[in-house]
Amino acid sequence: MTEDVSTASTGAAAISRRSLLRKGSVLGAVAAFFGVGSAAAQEAVKDDSALADMWGDFFQQHYKKMSPEEVQAAIARIERKAKREYGVELTVGNEPPLEGVVFGYALNISKCKGVRRCVEACMAENNQSRDSQIQYIRVLEMDYGRMDLTLADGYYSAEAVPRPGKFYLPIQCMQCENPPCVKACPVEATWKEADGIVVIDYNWCIGCRYCMTACPYWARHFNWNRPKVPAEEINTDTHYLSTRPRAKRVMEQSTFCLQRTRKGRQPACLEACPTGARIFGNLLDPNSDIRYVIENKTVFRLKEDLGTEPKFWYYTD
Amino acid sequence: MMQLARFFYDGARQVFSGSWLYRVWMLGLGAVVLMGGLMYSQQLEQGMIVTGMSDQVSWGAYIANFTYLVGVAAAAVMLVIPAYIFNRQDIKHIVLIGEGIAVAAVVMCMLFVTVDLGRPDRIWHLIPLLGRFHFPQSMLAWDVVVLSGYLLLNLTIPFYILFSRYRGKEPDLRVYFPGVIIAIAWAISIHTVTAFLFSSNVARPFWHTAVLGPRFLASAFTSGPALIILALQLIDRVTELKVSSTVIDLIALIVTISLQINLFLLGVELFTDFYFPTEHSASAIYLYTGLHGFNALVPWIWSAAALNLVAVSILTVHRWRGKRALLNAACLMAVVGVWIEKGMGLIIPGFVPTPIGEMFDYVPTQVEIGVSLAIWAIGLMIFTVLARVAIPIELGTLSYAGGDRTSGAARRSGARGTPGPHHPPMH
Repeated sequence: MTEDVSTASTGAAAISRRSLLRKGSVLGAVAAFFGVGSAAAQEAVKDDSALADMWGDFFQQHYKKMSPEEVQAAIARIERKAKREYGVELTVGNEPPLEGVVFGYALNISKCKGVRRCVEACMAENNQSRDSQIQYIRVLEMDYGRMDLTLADGYYSAEAVPRPGKFYLPIQCMQCENPPCVKACPVEATWKEADGIVVIDYNWCIGCRYCMTACPYWARHFNWNRPKVPAEEINTDTHYLSTRPRAKRVMEQSTFCLQRTRKGRQPACLEACPTGARIFGNLLDPNSDIRYVIENKTVFRLKEDLGTEPKFWYYTD
Repeated sequence: MMQLARFFYDGARQVFSGSWLYRVWMLGLGAVVLMGGLMYSQQLEQGMIVTGMSDQVSWGAYIANFTYLVGVAAAAVMLVIPAYIFNRQDIKHIVLIGEGIAVAAVVMCMLFVTVDLGRPDRIWHLIPLLGRFHFPQSMLAWDVVVLSGYLLLNLTIPFYILFSRYRGKEPDLRVYFPGVIIAIAWAISIHTVTAFLFSSNVARPFWHTAVLGPRFLASAFTSGPALIILALQLIDRVTELKVSSTVIDLIALIVTISLQINLFLLGVELFTDFYFPTEHSASAIYLYTGLHGFNALVPWIWSAAALNLVAVSILTVHRWRGKRALLNAACLMAVVGVWIEKGMGLIIPGFVPTPIGEMFDYVPTQVEIGVSLAIWAIGLMIFTVLARVAIPIELGTLSYAGGDRTSGAARRSGARGTPGPHHPPMH
């Protein structure tokens, strides 16, 4: 099915524009404007489908406005592009939110020892640019006795953790029930899904970075340059709204690994945590672990006073 | 129809002819635009990594200039009100200059936002129906609406007035008065909305204050009219349009009162931040004294404070304000002082520390400075072009009936094909 659509969209348009392809330098400038790197532009000169895909990307509608066929065509374009640029066979899923599920996360800060395996696992899973070191999780190291974030160290390097006298506070997207980022976006490129996860249509984002300004948790990250991931490190099991390879100059942020969780798996950060500090699950299921934590532990949420209703709870034993 | 075509033809002739000074001026601006264009292509090619911006300070010089210029655009209203509401003939004589500045400033605002966009190719996503315009939720969407509307108002009203005069007709007040009233309210709205763009962010305590809107207006009515004073004197010198000193006196008074109010509001903010500093004062502390060893903005903000204080002292004393040289110095200081205070001094510290406490010193790169200069050059070009067409029409030397009798353009003799009704030029 995917294949059919891809051939259809590559067809006539590509051939009619073949004469244009020879004008490599013009194309390079055009490609730069459309956010395609010079490598891709050169690629486009050689490969018809690249140019057709560029036009396809340009005219692509908002994710929620596309018909199922258009979504499949968009996915085919992404898969072809990954093949061209990285030489990998990508699977881009499009699983909708599960019925009766709203995801929530809890983190036991008395168990967090600051090893940052979650950060590493997150980068391996989500195909963030290695070059610019986009990290969804920031672990802050702080002195016991106070929680002044301006004194925290988010770049600590230590031979062994936990270091004496220090405690650790991991911060990531809180999947706010009342997300300021969604309200801020001028083009609805970001929205909250039925399972409570805030997602971004990377193909619709105009890169104004207003959502970044609006987020109180510094959870949103921008691709300041062309994202680079070594081909052998690419996680090929992706989702349209999360892990698929990103373009430069668009926003991204954690989705609680929806490419996994919508298939019943746990987020990568949770699986990687060696101390078992992380609990994830369905807030609507009264028997879930997450519900147990919320109902039986002492919990707090970061900046609760702002009214963003984060779905990320910190708790202690 | 014929008249309209002739209007644009005569306008174009005005723009493409002129003294050597005019040519050098336009060519110089063109060179700056070219240089900025090259730098912008670098930003497109390599990504916004070539700017000084980062996840920490995600808006920089571009948005700082944008914010300042919205104020300049809004300030035209300070000429519109005395001209059309209080019917001051001396102001009416030069009100089009104010509107020209507004047009140039709004276009510059739009350009500054566009170069700040990661994906300018997707700007069509902002167009209602075609894209997905998040109105009325997003304050940025509001800003798009108010800025485009303001541009439209400031193009149509002066166009109507100029085109009427060009045809030798007195513009009908009943036609454009509703537009004027809307434009006055709209001018206030563009800067209020821009203030809300910042003050709506719960994540940024430095901006999250009710006084931001009023402060934006006060600083706009300081720096905008101060710029107008300087521009009017320049026009008085290099063109045949003579500016009455009563005009300068009135605008100087507006600048004075606005700067006084602006500094009062600033004091109110500083009191709240420094009387009993909380976590929310961190940005203000960073701005004025530096915090945890980070202090890139400290020299900037104290320069702004010094400039604004000296300016307000000169302006407040009647005798000093009356002296043209002192007034000009004060205006220049107010323009620069507000530019720093509202640009680097407002946008940047809003991001430092980050919402999760990281300290970061932002410094604009060459690319940002080059592109910003180019946009300013475009703004100056637009203003020059508008003034060049508007002034001879205003003076009656360029009209449909009378042909082009300006000194700059080649004199054409004889009547045109269809002579229009001939009225003596006004004023």
